[in-house]
Amino acid sequence: MIDTPTQPQTVAAPRPDVPVDPATIPSAPSARTRARRRRTVLAGARLAIVVVLLVTWQACVNAKIVDPFFWGEPEGVWADLVDWFTVGTSQGSLGAQILVTLEEAVLGFIIGSILGVVCGIALGRVRLLSELFAPFLKAANSIPRIILGSIFTVAFGFGIQSKVILAVVLVFFGVFFNAFQGAREVDRNLIANARLLGASRWQVTRGVVLPSAFTWILASLHISFGFALIGALVGEILGANQGLGLLIRSSQNNFDMNGVLAGMVLVAVIALTAEALITLLERRLLRWRPPQTHGGAAVE
Amino acid sequence: MTAIELRNVTKKFATADGGTYTAIEDLSLTVEDGQFCAVVGPTGCGKSTTLTLISGLERPSRGEAFVHGEQVRGIDTSTGFVFQQDAVFPWRSVLDNVAAGPVYRGASRSEATALARDWLRRVGLSGFEDRYPHQLSGGMRKRVALAQSLINQPRVLLMDEPFSALDVQTRAIMSTELLNLWDQTKPAVVFVTHDLEEAIALADKVVVITAGPGTVKAEFEIDLPRPRVVQEIRFDPRFTQLYEQIWEALRAEVAEAYARTTAATEVAS
Repeated sequence: MIDTPTQPQTVAAPRPDVPVDPATIPSAPSARTRARRRRTVLAGARLAIVVVLLVTWQACVNAKIVDPFFWGEPEGVWADLVDWFTVGTSQGSLGAQILVTLEEAVLGFIIGSILGVVCGIALGRVRLLSELFAPFLKAANSIPRIILGSIFTVAFGFGIQSKVILAVVLVFFGVFFNAFQGAREVDRNLIANARLLGASRWQVTRGVVLPSAFTWILASLHISFGFALIGALVGEILGANQGLGLLIRSSQNNFDMNGVLAGMVLVAVIALTAEALITLLERRLLRWRPPQTHGGAAVE
Repeated sequence: MTAIELRNVTKKFATADGGTYTAIEDLSLTVEDGQFCAVVGPTGCGKSTTLTLISGLERPSRGEAFVHGEQVRGIDTSTGFVFQQDAVFPWRSVLDNVAAGPVYRGASRSEATALARDWLRRVGLSGFEDRYPHQLSGGMRKRVALAQSLINQPRVLLMDEPFSALDVQTRAIMSTELLNLWDQTKPAVVFVTHDLEEAIALADKVVVITAGPGTVKAEFEIDLPRPRVVQEIRFDPRFTQLYEQIWEALRAEVAEAYARTTAATEVAS
C-alpha cells in the first residue's frame, strides 16, 4: 500500500480503503494536552454539580418546598459570608475568628501528633511499656472523648487552652495507634542489619523504626487534622469568647441557619487547605517510596 | 588462625503450637582467617540459623560460638552480614546507605561520605550516589548491600544466599565481583547457598549440611586455582570432579528433605 515514486500517481484523493498517513491527520493532540483537557472537563463537571445542587436548593426554597428557617438558603449563606467579610461578625472581625480557631486546631494537631508519635514508637519498641500501658490506652480510646470537652471547659476556662487540650486528646489516639503499629511492623531484617552495622538502640529507633513507621503515621495525620478542627470547634461551642465555633453557636442561638452553614463553609475551606498541605508534606517525606501510579525509571 | 568456630551448637525454636523445633543439632564448624567457606544443604536444614549464631543475632540453645577466639555473647559489629532479602534502607540514598556503618561507628559525616564514595566506586556504582534503592535493579541493590557491609572492613563476612534473587547471568557476574572484593580485604567468609555450583566456584571449603535438624555431613577442600572467573570455572575438569564428589554427599540429603516436604503436603491435603 506504499506508493513509491516510480509508480504513476493515478490516485489524487485518498481512497477510503488505503491507510491514511498519520502526518496528514490535522493536529493529533499529544498525550499531555489530552490529559490537561481531561482535567479541565473534570473540573467543569464538578463545578456544574455544585451549581446544579445550589440552584435546586434555592429553587426549592423559592417554591416554598423547603423552609429556609430550618434549612437555610444559598443566597442567605452567601449574604452572611459577604457581611462577615466586609462588615465583620458580632464578635469582631472574621479574620480574628478564623485565626483563633486555626491556632487552637494547629496547636492541638502539632502537640497531639508529637505525643502520639513519641508514645506510639516508645510502646512499639519497648515491650514492657506496651504490656503495662496498652490496656489503659485501649480503655481511654473507647471513651467518647468529646464529653471531656465539658470538663476541660470548666477546668481551663473559656480561653484557648481548653480547646487545644480537647484537640490534643482527639488527635493523640489516631496517631498513637498508627505509630505503634508502624513501629511493630518494621522489617526485622532492617533492624538486624542496622544493629550489625553498628547502630545503637537509639540509632535503630531514630534511623530505622521512625522512618519505617512514617508511612503509617502520615496516613493518620490526614484524618487527624480533621479531628483537631472538630476539637477546636466543639470546645468553642461548649464555651468560648472567640472563634468560628462560637460564631456557629451564636448563629444557632439566633435561629440563623444561614450563619451556621456559612460557618460550615469556612471550616470546610480550612480543612481542605490543611489536607492539601499535609499531602505536600507527605510527598516530601516519602520521596524514597517507589511511585505507585507510574513506574519510575529503573536503570541498568 | 581460627576466625570462626562453632562447637557442638544446637538451636531450638519455640513453635506456634507450643512445641520446639530443632533447626540445627550438634553442629561443629571452623573457618580459618581469610578462608572462604560455603555451606550447602537442602532447604530448611538450618543453614541460615548457623549464620545468626555466628553473628550473635541469636544465641545457641546448647554449645558455643566463637569469633576470633572470643565467645559470641551479643551482636558482634566486627561481623558483616549480607542478607538474602534486601536489607538496605529504602528511605536512604545509595550514598547514605553505604555511609551508615561508619556513621553508626562514630565517624564524622564527611569522613563517612568520602569512604562511602570510595566503596561505591569499588562496587561499580559511581554516579548512582543520589538514587534511592527502589530506583536500582536487584543486582545493583546487592552491590549496595555489599559495599554497606564491606565498608566496615569486617574480619568475618556472613552471607545468606545473597544472590538467590538474581537472574543467572547477573548472579555469575556478581559472584566474580564478590571474589575480587573479597581479595581486597580477605575476611573469613561463610557463604550459605543451596546452589552447589555456586558453592564450588566461590569457596575454599564446602560444608554439606544434613536435612534438618542440620549437622555437618561432610567437608570438602576446593583446590581450584585462584583468581577464578565464576562464569568459566565450571568448564574446568577438576570442577566437574569435585561437583560429582560433593553431589554424592548432598544427594541423599536433598532427597530426604524433598520426601519430607511432599509427605507433609500430602498429609495436609
